[in-house]
Amino acid sequence: MSADAITTVNAGRRRFLAISLTASGALLVGMRWAHAEPAAANLPPDLLGDELTELGPFLRIERDNRIVIGARGCEIGQGVMTSLPMLIAEELDVDWSQVRVVQLPYGYVETDKGPSNRYGDQGAGGSTSITDGWKELRQAGATARWLLVQAASRDWNLPAEQLRTESGQVIAPDGRKLTYGALARSATSIAPPEQPVALKSPEQFRIIGKPTRVADARAIVTGRSHFGIDEYAADALVAVIARCPYLDGTLDSFDDAETRKVAGVKDVIAIPGPKPDEPLGGVLAAGVAVLADSTWAALKGRELLKVKWKQGPWAKESTNALAAVANDLLDKNEGGVAVRNDGDFAKARKQARQVIEARYEMPFLAHATMEPPAALIEIRQDSVLLVASLQSPDGASELISQLTGIARKDIEIRMTRAGGGFGRRLKNDYVAEAVLVAKAAGKPVKLMWTREDDLQHDFYRPFGVHAMAATLDRKKHITGWSHRCAATPRNYRDAGMKSRPIYTGCLEPDDFPAGLVANLDKTFFSVASGMPRGWWRAPIHTFHAFAVQSFIDEVAVATRQDAVKLRLDLLGEPRKIPYKGHGGPTFDTGRLADVLKRCAEKIGWGARRTDGHGIGIACHFTFGGYAAHAFEVSIDGSDLRIHRAVCVADVGRVVNPLGLEAQMIGGTIDAVSAALHLAITVKDGQVQQHNFPDYPLLRMAQAPRNVEVQIVESTAEPSGAGEIGVPSAAPALANAVYAATTVRVRKLPLMPELMRML
Amino acid sequence: MPNQPEHPAEPVKRPARPLAPLPISINGKPYFHDGDPAMPLLWFLRDILRLTGTKYGCGIGACGACTVLIDGKAVRSCVTPMQAAANHKITTIEGLETNALHPVQQAWIEEDVAQCGYCQAGQIMAAVDLLQRKPKPNDDDIATIGNFCRCGTYPRIRRAIARAAELMRSQDK
Repeated sequence: MSADAITTVNAGRRRFLAISLTASGALLVGMRWAHAEPAAANLPPDLLGDELTELGPFLRIERDNRIVIGARGCEIGQGVMTSLPMLIAEELDVDWSQVRVVQLPYGYVETDKGPSNRYGDQGAGGSTSITDGWKELRQAGATARWLLVQAASRDWNLPAEQLRTESGQVIAPDGRKLTYGALARSATSIAPPEQPVALKSPEQFRIIGKPTRVADARAIVTGRSHFGIDEYAADALVAVIARCPYLDGTLDSFDDAETRKVAGVKDVIAIPGPKPDEPLGGVLAAGVAVLADSTWAALKGRELLKVKWKQGPWAKESTNALAAVANDLLDKNEGGVAVRNDGDFAKARKQARQVIEARYEMPFLAHATMEPPAALIEIRQDSVLLVASLQSPDGASELISQLTGIARKDIEIRMTRAGGGFGRRLKNDYVAEAVLVAKAAGKPVKLMWTREDDLQHDFYRPFGVHAMAATLDRKKHITGWSHRCAATPRNYRDAGMKSRPIYTGCLEPDDFPAGLVANLDKTFFSVASGMPRGWWRAPIHTFHAFAVQSFIDEVAVATRQDAVKLRLDLLGEPRKIPYKGHGGPTFDTGRLADVLKRCAEKIGWGARRTDGHGIGIACHFTFGGYAAHAFEVSIDGSDLRIHRAVCVADVGRVVNPLGLEAQMIGGTIDAVSAALHLAITVKDGQVQQHNFPDYPLLRMAQAPRNVEVQIVESTAEPSGAGEIGVPSAAPALANAVYAATTVRVRKLPLMPELMRML
Repeated sequence: MPNQPEHPAEPVKRPARPLAPLPISINGKPYFHDGDPAMPLLWFLRDILRLTGTKYGCGIGACGACTVLIDGKAVRSCVTPMQAAANHKITTIEGLETNALHPVQQAWIEEDVAQCGYCQAGQIMAAVDLLQRKPKPNDDDIATIGNFCRCGTYPRIRRAIARAAELMRSQDK
């Protein structure tokens, strides 16, 4: 779309659009409906047909009735490049086989009302893509269909109400048909509807709910799929950065004489780090960038740099010391922040027949996206082009504007498929680095991170210790529940979280069993640390569900109760209870009980085992979705064998069952991978892990052969699914290990701890 | 709706220098490399030829994202210097498709394997190598593929390899 085309929208249309904005809300903000243009001369004709017509920002209809749908989201593997276009295609009423999907760029626009985005929210985080798209994108498809029907109505001089649509055609009562391709140009002259148009009822769905393969799979399997790291520009230099290995350390001095002798090395540039205690909104560490005409030359040059670092304020930090501080805070029980208090836990404790206590330790985790951070940036006189794998294009755009002084409307961001996200790309530190290096070099720059860079400089999932206590009466009912957490707060040097409580991201006030136990105490203790912290897939929930769902199992064992029944007793009658966190406003005890029961049934819960195998189970509510996991395991020497893995999920109405199953399989294996082997540790103020041998992701041989996924059929509003497959897997696995061995692992990663204890 | 370029930038017009010392065949085409002979093949493929289907993941041969075929065998291109690759025939993911998709590629689509997709080229190359050696692989044979997938697509990779084996057998008949 050329800038000229935008200015051809006439004033009358603009006035009409202004009216439709107030009528139909946020969806139409910044949208241009109904624009036709001849095929651009520089595009291959077979790609576009002989003529193409745009209906709204997401849709291009070709004369030969091929439909091109724009995918607005950041595709990080969660499937939005398929599922979001499916929502549009459904309401447009086309066949999925007619559809070609293309990735949209970042759609920042400035309107009379301020900054907006012509495509809506494009970020990836918090499992919100489907929830948002469910409302907005179906409406976008339905509006385009409405315009096409109006166009046919005018052509045939028949009332629109008498016309129906099917497979990209409008059909008259007498059987006459017109394809969307034939109608599209005419539809552009029709004024958009003033009110949101009616959507299909679920019985009419022909695409939503049907198993649909990844839309761009062919590009992926032929190597043509284009990730951020795959972007090159003819005149861009490749930059790699030697970063300070000490938390908040600084650059003392460097000698680049040998570096500059490497053939291909063009420049060496120092990058200042963030000041201690300032928000980590830009770069993550001080560094020295080596710029070269190839990646290999840049890497060789970096190896020959002689850099002296100053150690900074955290030079003595170590994981062992952090654990000691956390346990000491929990022992003394002073200086905590109340997260939620119901009833009187102290009194319940005094009156209890039995008190059960346990502590669980969670390590720092790195994201280790298979595609490490990378960014290609070109800073021109008064505009910027960024190509990168992102999760927060809004954040990238803001940051580039801050660092360059160039207005956001003049910053073009091309979005690519991202080689994993898991929360890593919610931070744009690598974009900031690319900007600083490109500014200093006065040239376009392709910034590359190596795996070592990635593991050493991440925004890690917090480290912490959870102290759990349950009080029981003589009938073994849980009368009180205490969850005290001492952790390196996630809410750390993050300007966006300034107004939120310190425990945000570590302890969720309303999570299970809050609201289900009369006397509840949740308290948070801060452990000071220089480690940068961020969101790691299903962040808060992977962090504390392990403690909650392991501990409930311990309570069941200690009181000789069935672990499934104990959970079901706590959940009680199906009802909705208040839940203020993300995924609320309510939490449905019946839906959680349902996935738990189904999971127990599928794994064969309760059957007596004589083969040394153990079964463990757990369940959790995350971001509007409900999941339960169960594993069957055995121990063979120093090997843990996973014989079966079961995952049952209820995410409301399912948009793409095949994609949902993939998320549950992947979430389960991701969780097993992290739980068994992964930890980031600190010693002498430095991260100790460097590459995959120190941070061994699960390989196929260690992974369960299959994850048996059961999806609950539901008519509830759809929730996202990128994260819910993770939290209950690790505790279910640890519970299975206990069932097989009677060894209770309370510290992750599980395998080293299990081998120590066996 | 704006068009985003769907292909990487044009290759640099300087890969083939006929008199250069290191000859190498990539996807059936001859090239010469006159740069650092210690440069890993991965960077020749990506930086020079712009064959970006082969991915960087670790640089130490641990993750398998950079797997290519050298004379038909799966090799980690990130730890294969150009001097070792010279005089050999390299096949990358871009060269796997001849007239039609390779059965492994076809099976990958049919089993809907990819999530983020980044490691999949390496997984596919490893599977092609496996199926050449073991046309009827069992579960343990398949699990010898040690490539990392952070998205956890392993169960579908297993199914895709089994399906590819069937496709290849039916093609041979």
